[in-house]
Amino acid sequence: MSPTISTSSPANGNVSAETAAQAARSANTGVQSVTFAKALNTALADAMELDSSVLMFGEDVGVLGGVFRITDGLTKRFGSDRCFDTPLAESGIVGMAIGMAMNGMRPVIEMQFDAFAYPAFEQIASHVAKMHNRTKGKMPLPLVIRIPYAGGIGGVEHHCDSSEAYYAHTPGLKVFTPATVKDAYLMLREAIDSPDPVVFMEPKKLYWTKEQVDLGALRLAHETAAVPPTEGKAAIARPGTDATLIAYGPSVSTALAAAEAAALEGRNLEVIDVRSIVPFDDETICASVRKTGRAVVIAEAPGFVSVASEIVARVQERCFHSLAAPVLRVTGFDTPFPAPKLEKYFLPSVDRILDAVDSLQWEEEA
Amino acid sequence: MTNNESREAIEQVSSKFGITPEDYMLPARTEIHMLDVNGKLHPAGEQGAEPGHEYPLPSPAALMAAYEQLVIGRRVNDQNSALVRQGRMAVYPSSHGQEACQVAAALCLGENDWMFPTYRDSVAVMAKGVAPMEVMTSFRGDWHSGYDPNQYKVSVQATPLTTQLLHAVGVAHAAKLRGEDTVVLAMCGDGATSEGDFHEALNFAAVFNLPVIFFVQNNQYAISVPLSQQSVAPSLAHKAVGYGMAGERVDGNDLVALLSVLGRAVRLARDGNGPLLVEAHTYRMQAHTNADDATRYREDAEVQAWIAKDPLTRMRSYLADAGLLTEESEARITASSEAVAKTLRDGMNSEETPDPAELFAYVFSTPTTQLTEQAHLLADELAREEDTK
Repeated sequence: MSPTISTSSPANGNVSAETAAQAARSANTGVQSVTFAKALNTALADAMELDSSVLMFGEDVGVLGGVFRITDGLTKRFGSDRCFDTPLAESGIVGMAIGMAMNGMRPVIEMQFDAFAYPAFEQIASHVAKMHNRTKGKMPLPLVIRIPYAGGIGGVEHHCDSSEAYYAHTPGLKVFTPATVKDAYLMLREAIDSPDPVVFMEPKKLYWTKEQVDLGALRLAHETAAVPPTEGKAAIARPGTDATLIAYGPSVSTALAAAEAAALEGRNLEVIDVRSIVPFDDETICASVRKTGRAVVIAEAPGFVSVASEIVARVQERCFHSLAAPVLRVTGFDTPFPAPKLEKYFLPSVDRILDAVDSLQWEEEA
Repeated sequence: MTNNESREAIEQVSSKFGITPEDYMLPARTEIHMLDVNGKLHPAGEQGAEPGHEYPLPSPAALMAAYEQLVIGRRVNDQNSALVRQGRMAVYPSSHGQEACQVAAALCLGENDWMFPTYRDSVAVMAKGVAPMEVMTSFRGDWHSGYDPNQYKVSVQATPLTTQLLHAVGVAHAAKLRGEDTVVLAMCGDGATSEGDFHEALNFAAVFNLPVIFFVQNNQYAISVPLSQQSVAPSLAHKAVGYGMAGERVDGNDLVALLSVLGRAVRLARDGNGPLLVEAHTYRMQAHTNADDATRYREDAEVQAWIAKDPLTRMRSYLADAGLLTEESEARITASSEAVAKTLRDGMNSEETPDPAELFAYVFSTPTTQLTEQAHLLADELAREEDTK
């Protein structure tokens, strides 16, 4: 029993001056080299520190700290009532989180790998997504389902799926996927604060990437609302003028590398990081495409009936008269995710993106 | 890190009863039953009780309060079935024949206790206090649910099978972490015990030592499939021991036994002894819904045999013989059940048209840009229709 655990307050996220001052005091960590994993871990710890109704549970997230160490140290710091292991049953984890959210908690749960979440699909699609609507908003479910996803790490079968379309296709779920260390921190904090359920897709190939960031300053910025929200807001990862590469999660770094290569050939590409698949930012994306007149959408998931397909359709519907060429896609093939030795042929590559850019009917302009 | 709390709870409670943990977890050798089919109280030695499985008779006041709900429950079932036959309501899964289970499920709970009902548990939902017309919102096709779960501590009536048992576990877990006194009763049927979430919910509740009563109304059929094709376990209550919790079987058409068994289960759970599984043997007297034809899969003789065990006539005989039920009290109870039936009829007659704009209002806490665009699209469409009228 932990008498210190209390019901989540509707004011969650609107912090008091005292809390802000406290955050400011701990904000002097300075700029450091920080991994994507550490940013997520710090976001969890900061949210748990601020609000005793925030709980973290799943498989191996307790003493071990998660197979990717995202929950490292949380059980030690907050106790086994706040961060704990469950029996090995994903539907049970999601279902119990629903009940906890119904009763005043803000659970954050970890699905160990993308494909391990499938046993929980009924709970996610039938209840997480629908409870708010079913009860006309009387029963909100503020919970976060963290899912390490996608390939690029040579993982075995069932460990590398890009499953975002299943969730994005289900009305009632928000779907976030960060591509930078800074966004990993800010977007997870926002997901935990959200009154709506969020499927938080973590590109596992990015876990050990590093950036120079000041986590203390990010914490202060988040808790004092000094940074604009990322929900429903795409980011311009690289400004450019000639064509727009639209990517998210694990594909943003590939798109940026392609833009660097294209620059050497004299093409100045803009790269958009979608970040928030649901809600979707039509405005930023269409503004970019109207400016450049050309676009390629890049995603790891098989392209057929995918988030990439949806983006192409939306751009085409809204930007038709600005387009100099059809909007193209560079996606995973319509095959099951391959064995480790074959994944390099499956994943969108810089060359494949550059080939797509080359075929955007430039000759007609020349 | 080992989980000793659940194990110690079972050891403590069984030693309190002077029996082994296995004998505490295993159901008594026969189902618990107090009233025979004629409403006569079985002699104490023939009620199925054993050491550690003892069930005191509820108080006269509790029995009378339950009887009133039983009469109302039967009236609600029959009124709603009539409304469906008249085409004034889309669908109503009736619990006719199971009303004793319905009533006991609601009355065993305290004010801060939660109930997790299924689509067939409307009578239990009303008995816990939800306004009848708020229950009927979904069956008349206005919205998927019509009441505020927080207000009544009654979750939405679950349509998928056993998914709600895990939500019950989560509600209990949250309450336990905050040190609150909350017992949760989670309901399902016999067919539902085959679902994976049944297993996961019982296991989670036992591992986290949570105050959850899993109440299975074994009405013998999952639509058309009989229990023998769902499970060959000695009984559904025997499944409890596999999770390290206590199980019990009870005559589901015997309101006295149900009140006693569920009442004890709630007290045990409230005292920190972990979850319990209660299986009630009952019978779905009518088809699955109005869209079903029960004559395709069960014999009339079987149905007739269960009519003889009707929970209402047994309880009425018992209370009359005991001198508790008088002509005056019977008349008062009949009047209150007629009042509820009138509420249902009047409610169905006042045809309310759901607002199409609400389609978009509750998908998220705030509609997204895309949902707002779609709301405008539909509003424009409706405005044009209005213009051409």
